[in-house]
Amino acid sequence: MSTNIDTEVQDQELIQKFLKDTTLFLGPDPEIIRDHRIMPRTPDEEECMDKYTDLNQISSIRDRLQSACEEGFEMVEQMGAAPGAKWGDIITGIYSASGDLTIGSAGGVLIFSALVHHPIKFIIKNWIEEHTVGVKEGDGFIHNDSRYGNVHNTDQSMILPVFHEGKLVCWAASTVHEGENGAIEPGGMPSMAETSFDEGLKMSPFKVVENYEIKRDILTFLQNSVREPKLQYEDMKVKLFACMRLEKRIKEVFETDGPDALTACLRYTNESVVKEVRNRISEWPDMTVRTQTIMDSTLRENALLKINLALTKKGDRLIFDFTGTSPELTNRAINTQLPGMKGMVGQAFMNHIWPDLPRGQAGLSPIEFVSQEGTLVDCSYEAPNSQSLMSIFHSFTVAQHATAKFLYSCPDKYTRVLAPWHNMINTFIWGGVNQHGEMLGNLCADLNGMGGGARMDRDGEHALAPIFATMADIGEQEMNEEEVPFLQLVSKKMTANTQAPGKYRGGMGYTMIASTKDSDQWGFMTTTQGSKVPTIQGLFGGYAGGSYPLCKVTDVDVYDVLLKNPEQFKHSIHETMNEQPFPDASYSTHHMGMGFDISKRGELYMISQGSGGGYGDPLERDPTYVIMDIEEGLISSDWAKKLYKVEFNDETFALDLEATEKLRADYRELRKQQGKPYAEFVKEHVKDTPPADIPFYGSWNRDLDTVYAGSINDKRDAKNPGPIYVTNPKDVRIGELEAELEAVRKQANIPATDTRK
Amino acid sequence: MKVLMTEYLRIDLETENWECRVCEHVVGSARGNYKEGLLVYKRDPEDIHPSIIDPDKYKFTFCPDKDWVSIYEFYCPSCGTQMEVEYTFPGHEPLFDMEVDVDALKEQWSHREEILEPVKGPNVLVDRTHGHNH
Repeated sequence: MSTNIDTEVQDQELIQKFLKDTTLFLGPDPEIIRDHRIMPRTPDEEECMDKYTDLNQISSIRDRLQSACEEGFEMVEQMGAAPGAKWGDIITGIYSASGDLTIGSAGGVLIFSALVHHPIKFIIKNWIEEHTVGVKEGDGFIHNDSRYGNVHNTDQSMILPVFHEGKLVCWAASTVHEGENGAIEPGGMPSMAETSFDEGLKMSPFKVVENYEIKRDILTFLQNSVREPKLQYEDMKVKLFACMRLEKRIKEVFETDGPDALTACLRYTNESVVKEVRNRISEWPDMTVRTQTIMDSTLRENALLKINLALTKKGDRLIFDFTGTSPELTNRAINTQLPGMKGMVGQAFMNHIWPDLPRGQAGLSPIEFVSQEGTLVDCSYEAPNSQSLMSIFHSFTVAQHATAKFLYSCPDKYTRVLAPWHNMINTFIWGGVNQHGEMLGNLCADLNGMGGGARMDRDGEHALAPIFATMADIGEQEMNEEEVPFLQLVSKKMTANTQAPGKYRGGMGYTMIASTKDSDQWGFMTTTQGSKVPTIQGLFGGYAGGSYPLCKVTDVDVYDVLLKNPEQFKHSIHETMNEQPFPDASYSTHHMGMGFDISKRGELYMISQGSGGGYGDPLERDPTYVIMDIEEGLISSDWAKKLYKVEFNDETFALDLEATEKLRADYRELRKQQGKPYAEFVKEHVKDTPPADIPFYGSWNRDLDTVYAGSINDKRDAKNPGPIYVTNPKDVRIGELEAELEAVRKQANIPATDTRK
Repeated sequence: MKVLMTEYLRIDLETENWECRVCEHVVGSARGNYKEGLLVYKRDPEDIHPSIIDPDKYKFTFCPDKDWVSIYEFYCPSCGTQMEVEYTFPGHEPLFDMEVDVDALKEQWSHREEILEPVKGPNVLVDRTHGHNH
């Protein structure tokens, strides 16, 4: 006889089954994508851990799996067709049966470490029991939609389940920044996207491989949806074969140690990392550090948007609170899904704070996050996010800036205290028909050449690595030019006088001057912020880098100039723009959110990579370092004197240390005269509202309950800001011009040609 | 015991004060905002980030737009050391950037030896002066 409780359970199960059977759309699952923690220990894992307790064996298996991940990484890097693959914007990893990434390749884009577990968990939850799909040995699943857990949909993953005698033991996956994905602009990261439907392929996790073979019908559909069909095929194969190699290595462990030992190794590794992270957090001082960065552009128009962080450490808890951050812009591409923001914070730890820990999801697992849905760092399902890098990179910077203030006092450090890295992908995204008649859409690996932040005891390194991959390369320009119809006429030359000053200065960025040569169907995009406002902060009295615009020279064929009057060509942005050496050319500057722009042969597009942040008071900079920077062409003599207060002979660069000391002492006195007591300064400079004449988004001063939505008259509840639609900048411009025309007509008494409404 | 909190600031656990590490000046209570004990100056971005292209000809010049960003510099009122720089929105109040739980700090350091020079952590690079140099 059944009890009431039994009946209730049966009813509940029936309801659950009914809901499952009648779900019309398996969209992103909040239970999966809002949870970055490792899964609870399963009974199977418990049993395996009881059985295998020898730490030497666990360690040996882990090392073999790590080697396998490096091998897979190498395969993708060597064989991959996408520029991102060639230059390290990839990762390979091994995931537990529950989907937790345990071991990832040491190189590559480590943010993937914190993201690819989401689509695997989706597959586990939805496809294993689904009779029309299923998960079998030899299957492979593809995924790219960030709403199911990813950075942006230019990154494609191949996911392979690994079985032993019919039992799912773990997963292998490989992820590559592929570039092209069929979006409204080439290259996979459209800043013109106003809805998610403008962003190209949006692949929820689905099966694309059976019996270790790519299904040709699905492949053809995918190829037919993108501008680079050959690349789509080649890289799917490369990722599949990398996963198959991982599977082979995993099966070798099955042979030697057995699948249960491998399961124990994966679980033990993840749990050990979680424990170690808590121990390390405990060593930090208990406090709250507050910081913010300024986004100066939506990539379509300039605006001020705030990324706000209060980072609190208490005991062994570390809480990233992004309350007060700008609301999402519902028709702009710069929003990020929550996993992307968390992943990038994880990247800050894996790259710059605890690089000695295994590259896996566990490092981020014990860290807590607070964010509001409908904001730039936690956007809605509807909001486009193809340029999520913008808000993701700012999330990295606030994390890096805040953590440095915790780390300084710690007796045990795993890296040196570091000022924020440059955080924007100042590079050319390109597309069109190349000199071989092929359609292409991708980008220059110069995005990987961000300037490093200064450390507590040394200058930052120039153009070292992107914030998302410490070991990515900037590639060989000459190799690139074999496939694309443009040249970088100036490349890898440091942009003088753009350093972030400090006791130790930031590593600087380099100039890129690109010009199309061999195609009438070719164009460029640039997709970064920071042309009006620096995107980072300095540290402990050091400054941020400056701002970095786009400069263009049109109405010129510079290749003709190089043939006829080569002396007219200048090898720097400042000479070209200031001297205007080509008589009939047009010279202009722009913010760095240039939508896809068809270029003509010989026109110049000029940009610069950015500088990492400076560290410490510039008056403490070793004068010999100042001279070295002058000798290396990084800074001009006059500017060095002004910034660092050094005295030296202009011809011999011989330092006058006594005069330098006096200059610096005098300047310290000047500071004391110029500086105002805090309260007086606040009274004079601090306003109750944001600037009225600039669109501002985010919280103001200490009030975190309210956020502004583009106007001082549009205030919203920070917990539920609602959608914001920004007017097309072309419509704004048309409106301005119409108003101007109306005023001129009125003044000149010229009636409109058509007054009908 | 004194705890080195930043390049230029430390906390004296006995007096519970922020102090300047350069000149020993007492900045203020460690339970409060150290910035309130400093001098503040609003710096023109052009002083730090020069317009490397002509501002009379071009809208964007590599120099940040001072209508869009303010640079606050914080100095020790005693020795003039620049302890902190903040890039912020024009008119925004300076951030209370380090709100320390002093009681927890005391408890934490009751189990530690005093450190007089900051720990740098592992070295990963050769010094620039001994590296490749043309």
